[in-house]
Amino acid sequence: MSEQVEQLIKKEYAAGFHTDIESETLPPGLNEDVVRFISAKKNEPEWMLEWRLKAYRAWLTMKEPDWAHVHYPEIDFQAVSYYSAPKSLADRPKSLDEVDPDLIETYNKLGIPLHEQEMLAGVAVDAVFDSVSVVTTFRGKLEEAGVIFCPISEAVHKYPELVKKYIGTVVPQRDNYYAALNSAVFSDGSFVYIPKGVRCPMELSTYFRINQMNTGQFERTLIIADEGSHVSYLEGCTAPQRDENQLHAAVVELIALDNAEIKYSTVQNWYPGDENGKGGIYNFVTKRGICHTRAKISWTQVETGSAVTWKYPSCILKGDHSIGEFYSVALTNNCQQADTGTKMIHLGKHTKSTIISKGISAGRSQNAYRGLVRMGPSAAGARNYTQCDSLLIGDRCGAHTFPYIESAHPSAIVEHEATTSKVSDDQMFLCQQRGLDAEKAVSMIVNGFCREVFKQLPMEFAVEAGKLLEVSLEGSVG
Amino acid sequence: MLKINELCASVEDKAIIRQLSLDVGPGEIHAIMGPNGAGKSTLGNVLAGRPGYEPTAGSVTFKGLDLLDMDPEIRAREGLFLAFQYPVEIPGVSNMELLKAAVDARRSHAGLSELSAIDFMKMAREACKAVDLDQSFLKRGVNEGFSGGEKKRNEIMQMMLMEPSLCILDETDSGLDIDALQVVARGVNAMRAADRSFIVVTHYQRLLDYIVPDYVHVLANGRIVKSGDKSLALELEAKGYSWLEDEVA
Ligand SMILES: Nc1ncnc2c1ncn2[C@@H]1O[C@H](COP(=O)(O)OP(=O)(O)O)[C@@H](O)[C@H]1O
Ligand SMILES: [Mg+2]
Repeated sequence: MSEQVEQLIKKEYAAGFHTDIESETLPPGLNEDVVRFISAKKNEPEWMLEWRLKAYRAWLTMKEPDWAHVHYPEIDFQAVSYYSAPKSLADRPKSLDEVDPDLIETYNKLGIPLHEQEMLAGVAVDAVFDSVSVVTTFRGKLEEAGVIFCPISEAVHKYPELVKKYIGTVVPQRDNYYAALNSAVFSDGSFVYIPKGVRCPMELSTYFRINQMNTGQFERTLIIADEGSHVSYLEGCTAPQRDENQLHAAVVELIALDNAEIKYSTVQNWYPGDENGKGGIYNFVTKRGICHTRAKISWTQVETGSAVTWKYPSCILKGDHSIGEFYSVALTNNCQQADTGTKMIHLGKHTKSTIISKGISAGRSQNAYRGLVRMGPSAAGARNYTQCDSLLIGDRCGAHTFPYIESAHPSAIVEHEATTSKVSDDQMFLCQQRGLDAEKAVSMIVNGFCREVFKQLPMEFAVEAGKLLEVSLEGSVG
Repeated sequence: MLKINELCASVEDKAIIRQLSLDVGPGEIHAIMGPNGAGKSTLGNVLAGRPGYEPTAGSVTFKGLDLLDMDPEIRAREGLFLAFQYPVEIPGVSNMELLKAAVDARRSHAGLSELSAIDFMKMAREACKAVDLDQSFLKRGVNEGFSGGEKKRNEIMQMMLMEPSLCILDETDSGLDIDALQVVARGVNAMRAADRSFIVVTHYQRLLDYIVPDYVHVLANGRIVKSGDKSLALELEAKGYSWLEDEVA
């Protein structure tokens, strides 16, 4: 047993730790009592608690992975607080005037409307926003279609059979260190169920899950698309998100039953830290989907935030003729580090996957693509196409590509293309000679580089993503 | 329009332009000829403000303004246009996107409002037609996969949309077949105006059959060694440059 684990266990049994069910924030530290406390706070049924405890015990035996191309000071998991109630209205800013002006300036640059700014900045206006007719209409339409879209904490009570049946089936508790941690202490997240044959009448956006803006640092999302159904889900927003909690470890599980299709788009813009890398969120995410026969899962992500990103949205192509896609833009600037990519696990016959990854590094940042394509022994006629492009801005940053290919079937075809390029002085000068300033020039060139991925995003998201790159690249030239 | 006075400039600490003087009046066309490596492209780059091309002495005024004091994008917005000898590709950025941003930058600098997408498209389509480029080129990535001739015609198309006061064409004719050459020349001639001047860098007198210059200059070793009217171009065509270099030495 490693020393670390031993220490953890010792701590756990240190006497005197007692949690008060009335308290709103737990002192730092993690042990079984903390897990019980979290579960009790949410009034969870026994089975949910047992599930969490099992994960916790598994976590104790596991080690933090160290293979990613990222460096950060060791995280003391006993120094983290694992529960804090959402801020009460009284503790929140009363208006945007009380919010950090830098944040407001960025919101304005991104063209975010005022009422959304208030929501994002945590201004105490929930009640007002809740009654906005667009949200009411939105809910009405979903109900009519039979779509379930609610916080997972609510689903545990209202739809226990579905949650019990699927939670942890795609990302097992023991999958990895952070997934185990998340399973033990997850705060909240989305639950989606699309009934058989239903085409969800609108994009499901976390924007509209309003009662749950603050899902906490251990978000957990479960999306089930029943046979022949279709859903497009948007996670995150372009606005920079701040959080006092430095450590984030989310889990997302997607289940696409026969002939179903799930499109999952993410814009991640957690606070990246200052120019010297101080502050900033550590984002360790496990996202995975399973495709049954002829099902399709498409991940699209635009990653611009966080100090450290560790994230590999993946597809298990279990059913014959199923399809997995991964479209990614990962931008790092200043001292950010990203190690991101995907895994395409081909199990079924004639399964198909496409990977388009665009990594952009500026400043002193490090950007790594890590991808696995595995063709299992029964994946006859399976195909993968991977295109992995890196763009460097300046000469102090780094781009790295780690493609892993495992092919156990002779008829499977794996194609891999990779390029690395620089924003060249010639390109910059062409733009400047046409009257564009240096920052506009870089953002235009970078946006062009990302075009193939942006095309996959829902229209209004794509426009926002373009602006987001522009803002994220500020200060990278000149 | 443009007054270059005893200009010296270096690239990577190597002196390339040496005490070059040139006066370009409004509405005039000046042709610059000269051997490879004489400094013709360097002159264009220095005037356009390309980083790394450092003026070390002398002065340049453009429309009465101190040109060398301006950032490259400001020079462009003031109406200085450089048609590149080797236009670079910008994958994924459509021609249209770049040009709309370019035209708007120039307009807003002049205190005008941005063009509506519809008005811009109208202008862009006309410019394409004028240089015999299919409209699909507007949607394609800037110079992405264009042939040599298409790249050059694309430069002229951009020039038309930018409506510059001073156009510098750097060997726009090199590598063009005779049809394309005529297209380019037609484009330039259509743009001739009393308040617009041209500096046309070329190796070949044949372009000057179509774009008739007011003055012809020979650039060698970073300075203008001889100036004349269009008959000088014919003389150069017949005799080459070496006699001039000897004369200077
Ligand atoms: N970017 C550069 N780096 C180094 N040397 C350069 C660069 N650009 C031009 N030169 C040098 O400057 C001189 C003039 O080049 P250029 O202006 O391109 O000549 P021309 O256009 O008349 O053929 C040449 O000796 C060339 O090698
Ligand atoms: Mg040249």
